Amino acid sequence: MPADERTLLTKARMAEGVAALAKSICSANAGAASIALVGIHTRGVPLAKRIAAEMGKNGGVKALIGTIDITQYRDDLDTFQMVPKLEGSDIPFDIDDLTVVLCDEVIFTGRSVRAALDELLNFGRPKRVQLAVLVDRCGRELPVQPDFSALKITLAPGERVAVRFEEVDGQDSCTVQTQAPTR
Amino acid sequence: MTPRKDLLDIASLTDEEIAFVLDNAVPFKELFKRSVKKVPTLKGRTMLTLFYEPSTRTRSSFEVAASRLSADVTHFDIESSSVVKGESVLDTVETLEAMRVDYIVVRHKQAGTPNLIAKNTRASVINAGDGWHAHPTQALLDAFTLREIHKDLRGCRALIVGDIQHSRVARSTSLIFRRLGMNVAYLAPGSMMPREVPEEIPQLGNWRDAFEWRPDVIYLLRVQGERIDEPFIPSSAEYHKNYGLTNERVEIVRERGLHIMHPGPVNRGVEITDAGMNYEKCLINQQVENGIAVRMSVLYWLRPGAEE
Repeated sequence: MPADERTLLTKARMAEGVAALAKSICSANAGAASIALVGIHTRGVPLAKRIAAEMGKNGGVKALIGTIDITQYRDDLDTFQMVPKLEGSDIPFDIDDLTVVLCDEVIFTGRSVRAALDELLNFGRPKRVQLAVLVDRCGRELPVQPDFSALKITLAPGERVAVRFEEVDGQDSCTVQTQAPTR
Repeated sequence: MTPRKDLLDIASLTDEEIAFVLDNAVPFKELFKRSVKKVPTLKGRTMLTLFYEPSTRTRSSFEVAASRLSADVTHFDIESSSVVKGESVLDTVETLEAMRVDYIVVRHKQAGTPNLIAKNTRASVINAGDGWHAHPTQALLDAFTLREIHKDLRGCRALIVGDIQHSRVARSTSLIFRRLGMNVAYLAPGSMMPREVPEEIPQLGNWRDAFEWRPDVIYLLRVQGERIDEPFIPSSAEYHKNYGLTNERVEIVRERGLHIMHPGPVNRGVEITDAGMNYEKCLINQQVENGIAVRMSVLYWLRPGAEE
Protein backbone atom coordinates (compact mmCIF):
# COMPACT_ATOMS: atom_id res chain seq x y z
CA MET A 1 0.00 0.00 0.00
CA PRO A 2 1.38 3.48 -0.83
CA ALA A 3 2.50 5.62 2.12
CA ASP A 4 -0.33 8.09 1.59
CA GLU A 5 -2.97 5.36 2.02
CA ARG A 6 -4.21 3.77 5.27
CA THR A 7 -6.63 0.94 5.88
CA LEU A 8 -10.12 1.79 7.05
CA LEU A 9 -11.66 -1.70 6.91
CA THR A 10 -9.84 -4.97 6.41
CA LYS A 11 -11.21 -7.50 3.95
CA ALA A 12 -12.84 -9.44 6.83
CA ARG A 13 -14.40 -6.25 8.28
CA MET A 14 -15.73 -5.35 4.82
CA ALA A 15 -17.46 -8.75 4.62
CA GLU A 16 -18.90 -8.23 8.11
CA GLY A 17 -20.11 -4.80 7.04
CA VAL A 18 -21.91 -6.23 4.02
CA ALA A 19 -23.50 -8.94 6.20
CA ALA A 20 -24.65 -6.31 8.70
CA LEU A 21 -26.17 -4.20 5.91
CA ALA A 22 -28.05 -7.26 4.60
CA LYS A 23 -29.37 -8.01 8.07
CA SER A 24 -30.56 -4.43 8.68
CA ILE A 25 -32.22 -4.24 5.27
CA CYS A 26 -34.04 -7.52 5.94
CA SER A 27 -35.33 -6.48 9.33
CA ALA A 28 -36.37 -3.04 8.07
CA ASN A 29 -38.32 -4.74 5.28
CA ALA A 30 -39.66 -7.75 7.19
CA GLY A 31 -42.90 -8.95 5.68
CA ALA A 32 -42.16 -7.63 2.17
CA ALA A 33 -42.42 -10.30 -0.53
CA SER A 34 -39.53 -8.78 -2.45
CA ILE A 35 -37.41 -5.65 -2.57
CA ALA A 36 -35.03 -4.26 -5.19
CA LEU A 37 -31.35 -3.55 -4.66
CA VAL A 38 -30.16 -1.03 -7.22
CA GLY A 39 -26.41 -0.41 -7.36
CA ILE A 40 -24.97 2.91 -8.51
CA HIS A 41 -22.20 2.42 -11.10
CA THR A 42 -19.40 1.56 -10.63
CA ARG A 43 -18.85 0.15 -7.14
CA GLY A 44 -22.42 0.29 -5.93
CA VAL A 45 -23.06 -2.59 -8.34
CA PRO A 46 -20.86 -5.24 -6.65
CA LEU A 47 -22.05 -3.97 -3.26
CA ALA A 48 -25.70 -4.55 -4.25
CA LYS A 49 -24.88 -8.04 -5.51
CA ARG A 50 -23.04 -8.96 -2.32
CA ILE A 51 -25.85 -7.67 -0.12
CA ALA A 52 -28.32 -9.72 -2.20
CA ALA A 53 -26.15 -12.83 -1.77
CA GLU A 54 -26.10 -12.30 2.02
CA MET A 55 -29.86 -11.81 2.07
CA GLY A 56 -30.18 -15.09 0.15
CA LYS A 57 -28.20 -16.87 2.88
CA ASN A 58 -30.62 -15.64 5.54
CA GLY A 59 -33.65 -16.81 3.54
CA GLY A 60 -36.30 -14.18 4.17
CA VAL A 61 -36.71 -11.30 1.74
CA LYS A 62 -36.07 -11.90 -1.96
CA ALA A 63 -33.93 -9.24 -3.66
CA LEU A 64 -34.17 -8.14 -7.30
CA ILE A 65 -30.99 -6.62 -8.72
CA GLY A 66 -30.67 -3.51 -10.87
CA THR A 67 -28.00 -0.99 -11.79
CA ILE A 68 -28.00 2.76 -12.31
CA ASP A 69 -25.59 4.91 -14.31
CA ILE A 70 -25.83 8.51 -13.11
CA THR A 71 -23.51 10.05 -15.72
CA GLN A 72 -26.38 11.55 -17.73
CA TYR A 73 -27.65 13.18 -14.53
CA ARG A 74 -24.44 14.74 -13.28
CA ASP A 75 -24.38 18.50 -12.84
CA ASP A 76 -20.59 18.71 -13.08
CA LEU A 77 -19.78 17.04 -16.43
CA ASP A 78 -18.28 20.28 -17.72
CA THR A 79 -15.60 20.13 -15.06
CA PHE A 80 -14.43 16.67 -16.22
CA GLN A 81 -11.32 16.63 -18.36
CA MET A 82 -12.51 13.42 -19.98
CA VAL A 83 -16.02 12.54 -21.15
CA PRO A 84 -16.98 9.37 -19.23
CA LYS A 85 -18.00 6.24 -21.09
CA LEU A 86 -21.66 5.43 -20.41
CA GLU A 87 -22.62 2.13 -18.83
CA GLY A 88 -26.38 2.63 -18.98
CA SER A 89 -28.92 1.74 -16.31
CA ASP A 90 -30.41 -1.71 -16.18
CA ILE A 91 -33.53 -2.23 -14.08
CA PRO A 92 -35.16 -5.25 -15.71
CA PHE A 93 -38.31 -5.23 -13.54
CA ASP A 94 -41.20 -2.93 -12.71
CA ILE A 95 -40.33 -0.74 -9.70
CA ASP A 96 -43.88 0.56 -9.16
CA ASP A 97 -45.00 -0.06 -5.54
CA LEU A 98 -41.70 -1.78 -4.77
CA THR A 99 -39.23 -0.85 -2.02
CA VAL A 100 -35.98 0.09 -3.74
CA VAL A 101 -32.70 0.18 -1.83
CA LEU A 102 -30.08 2.26 -3.65
CA CYS A 103 -26.58 0.93 -2.96
CA ASP A 104 -23.33 2.88 -3.18
CA GLU A 105 -19.95 2.21 -1.63
CA VAL A 106 -19.54 5.69 -0.10
CA ILE A 107 -21.83 8.65 0.52
CA PHE A 108 -20.11 12.00 0.97
CA THR A 109 -21.69 15.14 -0.51
CA GLY A 110 -24.95 13.37 -1.42
CA ARG A 111 -24.86 14.60 -5.02
CA SER A 112 -24.51 11.13 -6.58
CA VAL A 113 -27.55 9.96 -4.65
CA ARG A 114 -29.53 12.99 -5.83
CA ALA A 115 -28.64 12.10 -9.43
CA ALA A 116 -29.48 8.42 -8.83
CA LEU A 117 -32.92 9.37 -7.46
CA ASP A 118 -33.64 11.42 -10.57
CA GLU A 119 -32.73 8.50 -12.82
CA LEU A 120 -34.55 5.93 -10.68
CA LEU A 121 -37.81 7.86 -10.71
CA ASN A 122 -37.81 7.78 -14.53
CA PHE A 123 -38.33 4.04 -14.27
CA GLY A 124 -41.53 4.31 -12.27
CA ARG A 125 -42.97 5.17 -8.88
CA PRO A 126 -41.47 2.99 -6.14
CA LYS A 127 -43.31 2.56 -2.85
CA ARG A 128 -40.28 3.96 -1.07
CA VAL A 129 -36.56 4.39 -1.65
CA GLN A 130 -33.90 3.63 0.93
CA LEU A 131 -30.15 4.09 0.79
CA ALA A 132 -27.45 1.61 1.84
CA VAL A 133 -23.75 2.50 1.88
CA LEU A 134 -20.64 0.77 3.13
CA VAL A 135 -19.05 4.03 4.34
CA ASP A 136 -20.90 7.15 5.43
CA ARG A 137 -18.42 9.99 5.21
CA CYS A 138 -19.70 13.15 6.88
CA GLY A 139 -19.81 16.33 4.80
CA ARG A 140 -23.20 16.40 3.12
CA GLU A 141 -23.97 19.22 0.67
CA LEU A 142 -27.55 18.08 0.15
CA PRO A 143 -30.20 16.85 2.62
CA VAL A 144 -29.76 13.15 1.79
CA GLN A 145 -29.01 10.55 4.49
CA PRO A 146 -28.35 6.80 4.31
CA ASP A 147 -30.81 4.41 5.96
CA PHE A 148 -28.13 1.75 6.35
CA SER A 149 -24.37 2.14 6.69
CA ALA A 150 -21.58 -0.12 7.93
CA LEU A 151 -19.17 2.62 9.02
CA LYS A 152 -19.52 6.33 9.73
CA ILE A 153 -16.44 8.55 9.68
CA THR A 154 -15.28 12.15 9.44
CA LEU A 155 -12.20 12.89 7.35
CA ALA A 156 -10.09 15.95 6.71
CA PRO A 157 -10.47 17.86 3.42
CA GLY A 158 -8.08 16.39 0.84
CA GLU A 159 -8.66 12.88 2.16
CA ARG A 160 -10.66 10.40 0.14
CA VAL A 161 -12.28 7.04 0.90
CA ALA A 162 -11.30 4.38 -1.66
CA VAL A 163 -13.34 1.18 -1.65
CA ARG A 164 -12.24 -1.60 -3.99
CA PHE A 165 -14.15 -4.73 -4.86
CA GLU A 166 -12.62 -7.85 -6.31
CA GLU A 167 -15.23 -7.91 -9.13
CA VAL A 168 -14.14 -4.47 -10.35
CA ASP A 169 -10.66 -3.86 -8.96
CA GLY A 170 -9.22 -7.36 -8.48
CA GLN A 171 -9.09 -7.03 -4.67
CA ASP A 172 -11.20 -6.10 -1.67
CA SER A 173 -10.02 -3.11 0.32
CA CYS A 174 -11.32 -0.01 2.02
CA THR A 175 -8.76 2.71 2.60
CA VAL A 176 -8.27 6.41 3.08
CA GLN A 177 -6.06 8.17 0.54
CA THR A 178 -4.56 11.47 1.64
CA GLN A 179 -4.25 12.93 -1.83
CA ALA A 180 -7.38 12.79 -3.92
CA PRO A 181 -6.44 11.72 -7.45
CA THR A 182 -7.52 14.10 -10.19
CA ARG A 183 -10.51 13.03 -12.23
CA MET B 1 -12.37 10.11 -23.86
CA THR B 2 -11.08 13.63 -24.48
CA PRO B 3 -13.93 15.86 -25.64
CA ARG B 4 -13.76 17.50 -29.07
CA LYS B 5 -15.22 20.82 -30.06
CA ASP B 6 -16.58 19.90 -33.50
CA LEU B 7 -17.62 16.94 -35.63
CA LEU B 8 -16.82 17.85 -39.23
CA ASP B 9 -16.07 14.54 -40.95
CA ILE B 10 -15.23 10.88 -40.32
CA ALA B 11 -11.67 11.19 -41.63
CA SER B 12 -10.54 13.28 -38.65
CA LEU B 13 -11.87 10.82 -36.04
CA THR B 14 -9.61 8.24 -34.42
CA ASP B 15 -10.72 4.60 -34.20
CA GLU B 16 -11.13 5.06 -30.45
CA GLU B 17 -13.36 8.10 -30.95
CA ILE B 18 -15.56 6.22 -33.42
CA ALA B 19 -15.87 3.33 -30.96
CA PHE B 20 -16.63 5.75 -28.08
CA VAL B 21 -19.51 7.41 -29.97
CA LEU B 22 -20.95 4.06 -31.12
CA ASP B 23 -20.66 2.45 -27.66
CA ASN B 24 -22.30 5.36 -25.87
CA ALA B 25 -25.20 5.34 -28.34
CA VAL B 26 -26.27 1.97 -26.91
CA PRO B 27 -27.39 3.30 -23.49
CA PHE B 28 -28.95 6.33 -25.18
CA LYS B 29 -31.05 4.00 -27.35
CA GLU B 30 -32.12 2.14 -24.19
CA LEU B 31 -33.88 5.33 -23.09
CA PHE B 32 -36.32 5.05 -26.00
CA LYS B 33 -37.96 2.02 -24.38
CA ARG B 34 -38.94 4.04 -21.31
CA SER B 35 -42.01 6.15 -20.86
CA VAL B 36 -39.72 9.06 -19.94
CA LYS B 37 -37.23 9.21 -22.81
CA LYS B 38 -35.44 12.27 -21.56
CA VAL B 39 -32.28 12.81 -19.48
CA PRO B 40 -30.99 16.15 -18.12
CA THR B 41 -27.45 15.84 -19.53
CA LEU B 42 -27.55 19.06 -21.62
CA LYS B 43 -29.96 21.07 -19.50
CA GLY B 44 -29.51 24.77 -20.10
CA ARG B 45 -27.63 24.29 -23.40
CA THR B 46 -28.92 25.48 -26.75
CA MET B 47 -28.61 23.71 -30.08
CA LEU B 48 -29.32 25.63 -33.25
CA THR B 49 -29.91 24.10 -36.65
CA LEU B 50 -28.60 26.13 -39.57
CA PHE B 51 -29.73 24.43 -42.77
CA TYR B 52 -28.89 26.17 -46.03
CA GLU B 53 -30.24 23.11 -47.89
CA PRO B 54 -33.60 21.47 -47.28
CA SER B 55 -33.62 18.39 -45.07
CA THR B 56 -36.42 15.96 -44.39
CA ARG B 57 -35.11 13.88 -41.56
CA THR B 58 -31.64 14.93 -40.46
CA ARG B 59 -32.83 18.19 -38.95
CA SER B 60 -35.71 16.64 -37.02
CA SER B 61 -33.44 13.80 -35.89
CA PHE B 62 -31.01 16.34 -34.40
CA GLU B 63 -33.90 18.22 -32.82
CA VAL B 64 -35.33 15.09 -31.20
CA ALA B 65 -31.84 14.04 -30.02
CA ALA B 66 -31.19 17.43 -28.40
CA SER B 67 -34.66 17.49 -26.80
CA ARG B 68 -34.07 14.07 -25.25
CA LEU B 69 -30.89 15.48 -23.70
CA SER B 70 -32.94 18.43 -22.33
CA ALA B 71 -31.17 21.01 -24.51
CA ASP B 72 -33.18 23.89 -25.91
CA VAL B 73 -33.60 23.67 -29.64
CA THR B 74 -33.93 26.49 -32.08
CA HIS B 75 -33.84 26.84 -35.83
CA PHE B 76 -32.33 29.62 -37.89
CA ASP B 77 -34.78 30.06 -40.70
CA ILE B 78 -32.76 30.75 -43.81
CA GLU B 79 -35.74 31.37 -46.06
CA SER B 80 -37.11 34.24 -44.03
CA SER B 81 -33.82 35.56 -42.73
CA SER B 82 -31.22 38.10 -43.60
CA VAL B 83 -29.39 35.42 -45.63
CA VAL B 84 -31.95 36.01 -48.33
CA LYS B 85 -31.12 39.69 -48.01
CA GLY B 86 -27.47 38.89 -48.74
CA GLU B 87 -25.90 38.30 -45.33
CA SER B 88 -22.71 36.24 -45.55
CA VAL B 89 -22.27 32.95 -43.68
CA LEU B 90 -19.71 34.52 -41.35
CA ASP B 91 -21.98 37.44 -40.53
CA THR B 92 -24.69 34.96 -39.65
CA VAL B 93 -22.23 33.07 -37.44
CA GLU B 94 -21.29 36.29 -35.68
CA THR B 95 -24.97 36.81 -34.93
CA LEU B 96 -25.27 33.26 -33.55
CA GLU B 97 -22.12 33.78 -31.48
CA ALA B 98 -23.75 36.81 -29.90
CA MET B 99 -26.78 34.65 -29.07
CA ARG B 100 -24.41 32.31 -27.21
CA VAL B 101 -25.72 29.08 -28.68
CA ASP B 102 -23.72 26.01 -27.66
CA TYR B 103 -24.14 23.71 -30.66
CA ILE B 104 -24.60 24.65 -34.32
CA VAL B 105 -25.75 21.93 -36.72
CA VAL B 106 -24.93 22.99 -40.26
CA ARG B 107 -25.95 21.80 -43.69
CA HIS B 108 -24.65 23.69 -46.72
CA LYS B 109 -24.28 22.94 -50.42
CA GLN B 110 -20.67 24.20 -50.34
CA ALA B 111 -18.16 21.63 -49.05
CA GLY B 112 -16.06 23.06 -46.23
CA THR B 113 -18.62 25.56 -44.94
CA PRO B 114 -18.95 23.78 -41.56
CA ASN B 115 -15.14 23.94 -41.15
CA LEU B 116 -15.22 27.67 -41.87
CA ILE B 117 -17.99 28.18 -39.34
CA ALA B 118 -16.20 26.03 -36.75
CA LYS B 119 -13.11 28.25 -36.95
CA ASN B 120 -15.20 31.31 -36.23
CA THR B 121 -17.29 30.28 -33.28
CA ARG B 122 -16.86 29.01 -29.75
CA ALA B 123 -19.91 26.79 -30.27
CA SER B 124 -19.52 23.13 -31.19
CA VAL B 125 -20.22 22.69 -34.91
CA ILE B 126 -21.68 19.48 -36.30
CA ASN B 127 -21.60 18.93 -40.04
CA ALA B 128 -25.02 17.67 -41.15
CA GLY B 129 -23.93 17.47 -44.78
CA ASP B 130 -21.72 19.78 -46.86
CA GLY B 131 -21.80 19.44 -50.64
CA TRP B 132 -20.30 16.16 -51.79
CA HIS B 133 -17.86 16.19 -48.88
CA ALA B 134 -19.18 14.57 -45.71
CA HIS B 135 -22.16 13.59 -43.59
CA PRO B 136 -20.50 12.14 -40.51
CA THR B 137 -23.57 11.50 -38.33
CA GLN B 138 -25.16 9.52 -41.18
CA ALA B 139 -22.02 7.37 -41.36
CA LEU B 140 -22.02 6.84 -37.59
CA LEU B 141 -25.67 5.82 -37.54
CA ASP B 142 -25.11 3.44 -40.48
CA ALA B 143 -22.21 1.80 -38.67
CA PHE B 144 -24.23 1.60 -35.45
CA THR B 145 -27.17 -0.01 -37.27
CA LEU B 146 -24.98 -2.63 -38.91
CA ARG B 147 -23.15 -3.30 -35.66
CA GLU B 148 -26.47 -4.24 -34.05
CA ILE B 149 -26.64 -7.09 -36.59
CA HIS B 150 -23.00 -8.11 -36.94
CA LYS B 151 -21.28 -7.66 -33.60
CA ASP B 152 -17.89 -7.64 -35.24
CA LEU B 153 -17.97 -5.77 -38.53
CA ARG B 154 -14.55 -6.98 -39.66
CA GLY B 155 -14.86 -8.84 -42.95
CA CYS B 156 -18.50 -7.81 -43.41
CA ARG B 157 -19.20 -6.88 -47.07
CA ALA B 158 -21.19 -3.80 -48.08
CA LEU B 159 -22.26 -3.01 -51.62
CA ILE B 160 -23.00 0.70 -52.10
CA VAL B 161 -25.30 1.35 -55.04
CA GLY B 162 -26.09 4.56 -56.89
CA ASP B 163 -24.72 8.03 -57.37
CA ILE B 164 -21.44 7.55 -55.53
CA GLN B 165 -19.78 10.52 -57.25
CA HIS B 166 -22.23 13.16 -55.99
CA SER B 167 -22.94 11.58 -52.60
CA ARG B 168 -21.54 12.77 -49.30
CA VAL B 169 -23.33 9.81 -47.71
CA ALA B 170 -21.39 7.37 -49.90
CA ARG B 171 -18.16 9.16 -49.07
CA SER B 172 -18.63 9.18 -45.28
CA THR B 173 -20.35 5.83 -44.94
CA SER B 174 -17.88 3.97 -47.14
CA LEU B 175 -15.07 5.51 -45.12
CA ILE B 176 -16.45 4.46 -41.73
CA PHE B 177 -17.26 0.97 -43.02
CA ARG B 178 -13.67 0.52 -44.15
CA ARG B 179 -12.32 2.00 -40.92
CA LEU B 180 -14.29 -0.70 -39.08
CA GLY B 181 -12.64 -3.41 -41.16
CA MET B 182 -15.43 -3.99 -43.67
CA ASN B 183 -15.07 -4.62 -47.39
CA VAL B 184 -16.85 -2.16 -49.66
CA ALA B 185 -17.76 -2.34 -53.36
CA TYR B 186 -19.47 0.25 -55.56
CA LEU B 187 -22.21 -0.43 -58.09
CA ALA B 188 -22.93 2.64 -60.22
CA PRO B 189 -23.45 3.81 -63.76
CA GLY B 190 -20.19 5.09 -65.24
CA SER B 191 -21.46 8.65 -65.03
CA MET B 192 -21.93 8.32 -61.28
CA MET B 193 -18.72 6.46 -60.42
CA PRO B 194 -16.07 8.73 -58.86
CA ARG B 195 -12.93 9.30 -60.96
CA GLU B 196 -10.64 8.22 -58.17
CA VAL B 197 -11.73 5.18 -56.22
CA PRO B 198 -9.38 3.59 -53.66
CA GLU B 199 -7.79 0.46 -55.11
CA GLU B 200 -9.37 -1.88 -52.58
CA ILE B 201 -12.92 -0.92 -53.60
CA PRO B 202 -14.13 -2.94 -56.61
CA GLN B 203 -16.10 -0.87 -59.12
CA LEU B 204 -18.96 -2.97 -60.43
CA GLY B 205 -21.15 -2.14 -63.40
CA ASN B 206 -24.11 -4.50 -63.09
CA TRP B 207 -26.09 -6.51 -60.57
CA ARG B 208 -24.81 -9.87 -61.78
CA ASP B 209 -21.26 -8.87 -60.85
CA ALA B 210 -22.57 -7.26 -57.68
CA PHE B 211 -24.26 -10.44 -56.46
CA GLU B 212 -21.20 -12.44 -57.45
CA TRP B 213 -19.16 -10.21 -55.13
CA ARG B 214 -21.29 -11.75 -52.31
CA PRO B 215 -22.33 -8.72 -50.24
CA ASP B 216 -23.83 -9.05 -46.74
CA VAL B 217 -25.57 -5.71 -46.94
CA ILE B 218 -26.78 -3.60 -49.85
CA TYR B 219 -26.68 0.15 -49.24
CA LEU B 220 -28.88 1.99 -51.73
CA LEU B 221 -28.24 5.69 -52.26
CA ARG B 222 -31.01 8.13 -53.02
CA VAL B 223 -31.33 9.22 -56.64
CA GLN B 224 -31.45 12.98 -56.59
CA GLY B 225 -34.12 14.43 -58.84
CA GLU B 226 -31.80 16.96 -60.42
CA ARG B 227 -29.56 14.17 -61.71
CA ILE B 228 -32.32 12.46 -63.64
CA ASP B 229 -31.48 13.88 -67.00
CA GLU B 230 -28.57 13.54 -69.34
CA PRO B 231 -25.68 13.12 -68.89
CA PHE B 232 -26.11 11.16 -65.64
CA ILE B 233 -29.09 8.90 -66.26
CA PRO B 234 -31.72 9.14 -68.99
CA SER B 235 -34.78 8.46 -66.80
CA SER B 236 -35.82 7.09 -63.44
CA ALA B 237 -37.34 4.03 -65.15
CA GLU B 238 -34.04 3.36 -66.85
CA TYR B 239 -32.20 3.74 -63.52
CA HIS B 240 -34.61 1.38 -61.80
CA LYS B 241 -34.20 -1.27 -64.49
CA ASN B 242 -30.40 -1.19 -64.40
CA TYR B 243 -29.45 -0.14 -60.86
CA GLY B 244 -32.60 -0.28 -58.73
CA LEU B 245 -33.53 -3.10 -56.38
CA THR B 246 -36.30 -4.53 -58.57
CA ASN B 247 -38.73 -7.18 -57.32
CA GLU B 248 -36.64 -9.92 -58.97
CA ARG B 249 -33.52 -8.65 -57.19
CA VAL B 250 -35.43 -8.49 -53.89
CA GLU B 251 -36.07 -12.22 -54.32
CA ILE B 252 -32.34 -12.90 -54.66
CA VAL B 253 -31.69 -10.71 -51.63
CA ARG B 254 -34.32 -12.61 -49.63
CA GLU B 255 -32.97 -16.02 -50.63
CA ARG B 256 -29.53 -15.01 -49.46
CA GLY B 257 -30.78 -13.23 -46.31
CA LEU B 258 -28.99 -9.96 -47.12
CA HIS B 259 -29.75 -6.69 -45.32
CA ILE B 260 -30.87 -3.52 -47.09
CA MET B 261 -30.02 0.04 -46.03
CA HIS B 262 -30.92 3.46 -47.43
CA PRO B 263 -30.26 6.93 -45.96
CA GLY B 264 -33.73 8.15 -46.93
CA PRO B 265 -35.90 9.64 -48.12
CA VAL B 266 -36.68 6.81 -50.52
CA ASN B 267 -37.88 7.19 -54.10
CA ARG B 268 -40.20 4.18 -54.33
CA GLY B 269 -39.99 2.56 -57.73
CA VAL B 270 -36.57 4.06 -58.43
CA GLU B 271 -33.94 2.78 -55.97
CA ILE B 272 -36.26 0.25 -54.37
CA THR B 273 -39.75 -1.20 -54.80
CA ASP B 274 -42.57 -1.65 -52.28
CA ALA B 275 -41.52 -5.30 -51.96
CA GLY B 276 -38.01 -4.17 -51.01
CA MET B 277 -39.36 -1.69 -48.45
CA ASN B 278 -41.52 -4.40 -46.87
CA TYR B 279 -38.71 -6.97 -46.84
CA GLU B 280 -38.05 -8.03 -43.25
CA LYS B 281 -34.32 -7.33 -43.39
CA CYS B 282 -34.75 -3.81 -44.73
CA LEU B 283 -33.15 -1.63 -42.01
CA ILE B 284 -34.44 1.80 -43.04
CA ASN B 285 -36.61 2.32 -39.95
CA GLN B 286 -33.85 1.14 -37.63
CA GLN B 287 -31.53 3.65 -39.30
CA VAL B 288 -33.97 6.45 -38.45
CA GLU B 289 -34.33 5.36 -34.81
CA ASN B 290 -30.59 4.82 -34.41
CA GLY B 291 -29.92 8.25 -35.91
CA ILE B 292 -31.38 9.84 -32.79
CA ALA B 293 -29.31 7.69 -30.40
CA VAL B 294 -26.09 8.32 -32.32
CA ARG B 295 -26.70 12.08 -32.48
CA MET B 296 -27.36 12.10 -28.72
CA SER B 297 -24.04 10.34 -28.29
CA VAL B 298 -22.28 12.94 -30.48
CA LEU B 299 -23.83 15.86 -28.57
CA TYR B 300 -22.82 14.20 -25.29
CA TRP B 301 -19.21 13.89 -26.43
CA LEU B 302 -18.63 17.32 -28.02
CA ARG B 303 -17.83 20.23 -25.74
CA PRO B 304 -18.31 23.84 -26.82
CA GLY B 305 -15.08 25.78 -26.50
CA ALA B 306 -12.90 22.65 -26.22
CA GLU B 307 -9.33 22.98 -27.54
CA GLU B 308 -8.93 21.57 -31.04
